[in-house]
Amino acid sequence: MITIDSLTKRYGGFTALDDVTFTAQPGRVTGFLGPNGAGKSTTMRVMVGLTEPTAGSATILGRRFADLPNPGREVGVLLDASAQHAGRTGREILTIAQKTMRLPATAVEDMLDLVSLTEAESSRRVKNYSLGMRQRLGIATALIGRPEVLILDEPANGLDPAGIRWMRDLLRGFADDGGTVLLSSHLLHEIEVIADDIVVIGNGRIVAGGTKDEILSSSGTLVRADDLDGLALAVTAAGLAVTSSSSDGVIVDADAASVGRAAFDAGIAVTELRGADGSGLEEMFLQLTADSQRDHLTDSAMEGSAA
Amino acid sequence: MSTLTVPRPTTIAPIPTSSLLGVEARKMFDTRSGFWLMASIGIAAVLATAATIIFAPDDELTYNSFAAAVGFPMTVILPMIAALAVSSEWSQRSALTTFTLVPSRTRVLGAKAAVTVMIGVAGMVVAMAIGALGNVIGSSIAGVDLTWDITVSQFLQIVLANQIGMAMGFMLGLLFRSSPGAIVGYFVYALVLPGASGALASAQQWWNDNGAWFDHNWAVTRLYDNTLTGEMWAQIGVTTVIWLVLPFLLAWRLMLRSEVK
Repeated sequence: MITIDSLTKRYGGFTALDDVTFTAQPGRVTGFLGPNGAGKSTTMRVMVGLTEPTAGSATILGRRFADLPNPGREVGVLLDASAQHAGRTGREILTIAQKTMRLPATAVEDMLDLVSLTEAESSRRVKNYSLGMRQRLGIATALIGRPEVLILDEPANGLDPAGIRWMRDLLRGFADDGGTVLLSSHLLHEIEVIADDIVVIGNGRIVAGGTKDEILSSSGTLVRADDLDGLALAVTAAGLAVTSSSSDGVIVDADAASVGRAAFDAGIAVTELRGADGSGLEEMFLQLTADSQRDHLTDSAMEGSAA
Repeated sequence: MSTLTVPRPTTIAPIPTSSLLGVEARKMFDTRSGFWLMASIGIAAVLATAATIIFAPDDELTYNSFAAAVGFPMTVILPMIAALAVSSEWSQRSALTTFTLVPSRTRVLGAKAAVTVMIGVAGMVVAMAIGALGNVIGSSIAGVDLTWDITVSQFLQIVLANQIGMAMGFMLGLLFRSSPGAIVGYFVYALVLPGASGALASAQQWWNDNGAWFDHNWAVTRLYDNTLTGEMWAQIGVTTVIWLVLPFLLAWRLMLRSEVK
């Protein structure tokens, strides 16, 4: 269990985290989603005591990270797979973790097996590792203490599709055994396939949170018809909000029954009517984080200075 | 997947200091650069000893000559070891893992400091033993009598001088938290500043008389000489506070507050 309460981090005049509050529950995989620079990594660094917050608190299993007697035994952390001494071998890095946590020496071998790093690969220096191999080594380091909680920052970066599938199964199994998993990503699809719960952050603020199903259903209904313009007018006339409208169809912030009735009342033949699902989440992601998108910010800043 | 989680132990014991010392010592040897830096203590001592046997005149084949020859490379190698032990955590970014396994930075850096002191003492013992062996071999080759002209207190003074050098390296590693910064910083301190101070002393009488109260190298180098007066010891104390203790406290404070990225 991870509890983040009113976390704020300011650097001079810049607010990196603004009153961030959420929890990651045991038995569930919580996806921490946001565009680059939204505050995901800062939040995670605060959780594990690498960054002091300006205000608010982060606790793991009810305690501050710094108060855990042997943190690696309770919390597995992977913040940056490349942040290792490039001159050490993979095996040596695991051995250092094993000795720090006072684990049996066999733990190193077990973890190498678990993340499928071969004997030869484990004896190579990390500077010769691909990003995918570094991620596997980082996940092994996080898991070696057999923790209850996992905190992983962009763990799927650099993994090939088979690797992503492997990690998904690994994290699923970990959560099914009662573990808490928090993983961040800026890729929607990754979060969508792995996470049970989703927390969306943009510009240092939490902009949405809930179970994946809640987030998906709140993203509305996709409806298509030959007469899309008429359809959009009809649902608007029925008092329903159109989230987005394009040549692909109309996404309406309402359940399918209301949307169908509105189209029927207007005499428009619907060709497709369903929950917006993944496409809706993508729409929501872009929309929720639009204010924090760098491009958008630059545009409005330029407009401001021109005016 | 059921192998990943095990029934929770009711209490988890804190990480003992002995583990931290073991791990920090291991980290000084487990990279190629670290290993060769350590090996260079022995290699440099052997080379310096061999050079003394070959080039020193027969009447100077005394332990004092060997100790001086062997001691000189140590004044460079040992501070480098100390600086890199600290700065590489930041330069290589391994601090990210180190401090998530052991959140107390004071404990981690304390263990590094303790290991550094032990390596400094062990390194000097090894170097001086190689020098002693050189004295025996050199004297027998030249057919001169063995001369052991270094007292225990002189040896301890040399060890102290080297420990101060290592502590300077450690402090600079902590202050810059960057390997190139720490190394350049040490060479400025150990090579550039003494030259500047010497030039000033030859031009200015007041500095010539009182510089040892301010110039750390000047005061500490006397540890390699024979007997020190009370004033000389006081100058070592004063300059060590100015150059080592105060910057160390500042660097430690900055390190504790710094964000690890």
